[in-house]
Amino acid sequence: MDRSAEGERGLTKNRTTVERASERELVVRRTFDAPARVVFEAWTRPELLMRWWAPKSTGMSLLWCEADVRAGGSYRLEFGHSGSKTMAFFGRYLDVTPHSRLVWTNDESDDGAVSTLTLEEREGKTLLVLRELYPSKDALDAAIVGMEGGMPESFAQLDELLVAAGASMGPS
Amino acid sequence: MSISGNRHAARKPSKIALKREAVVAVRAATTLHGVDPLLILNFMVQYRRGRFDASFAALSDATRRGVLEQLGGAEASITDLADRFHMTLTGMKKHVGVLERAGLVTTEKVGRVRTCKLGARRLEEEAAWIERYQQLWAARFDELDKVVEQLKRKEKVDGPKRRR
Repeated sequence: MDRSAEGERGLTKNRTTVERASERELVVRRTFDAPARVVFEAWTRPELLMRWWAPKSTGMSLLWCEADVRAGGSYRLEFGHSGSKTMAFFGRYLDVTPHSRLVWTNDESDDGAVSTLTLEEREGKTLLVLRELYPSKDALDAAIVGMEGGMPESFAQLDELLVAAGASMGPS
Repeated sequence: MSISGNRHAARKPSKIALKREAVVAVRAATTLHGVDPLLILNFMVQYRRGRFDASFAALSDATRRGVLEQLGGAEASITDLADRFHMTLTGMKKHVGVLERAGLVTTEKVGRVRTCKLGARRLEEEAAWIERYQQLWAARFDELDKVVEQLKRKEKVDGPKRRR
């Protein structure tokens, strides 16, 4: 009997792949040994989403999550780190097609991606594809570089720096 | 502390272009745009604090921002840069050193000339970043597996009538 078909031990994990599909798009793929409706449910019920969105290995905890999962509805996730800092991520759902498609914006940053989740069921398994489309190549590049350089608690400082940089270069 | 001030008016790109470049450079090196801020908290806090401080310090100086703008246009030797910014070679070496340690500039010595360029580490960093991004999603999906398994078991017990 194929062990991976059992899936219950949690030992045989399916592979997650990521590719930069274009200058402004990242694509994440993963298969789940479950029907699409089950995977969809786990993405769209806040109490379930909370259980997997912030894995323990990240040292983060998802403190709070609300999601009005329908087109035009909004969501908000709040994370804590080291007990003191919190961060919120939020946006709107653009499209909600039960069991197959979910599209949402990431509005916590200026040049945030639009995320599109598609679920494709085949023989009881579901291929999940998550596409994160940035408004421009620069936006994705910056997200990648920003990873190297950004610290949320430093945003205020950064803002000052940007203002200073902008002002000192303004028309004289 | 003007970046486009008369100290290096030698070549004169438009002010708007300059401003845009500098803002892009500053932002690229210091701010977050999209993807998943969780990643930043996760990896940055643990491993990148030093790097950030270095980048921030590097960008806090007008001359160094000017150097980044210059290198955004084309590679340049330390001598070129020293000339352009009316600075001694030693002074410019110091600035470039700071930028180099922050990972914003790399230099390569060919013969007696040390050439500086912007973000040569960029591709490596992108690959490393994508790997961490992959790890985050893999970790999430392994947890999602557990939730999914539980939902499946529950469905089996409750019967399929509970469909939404």
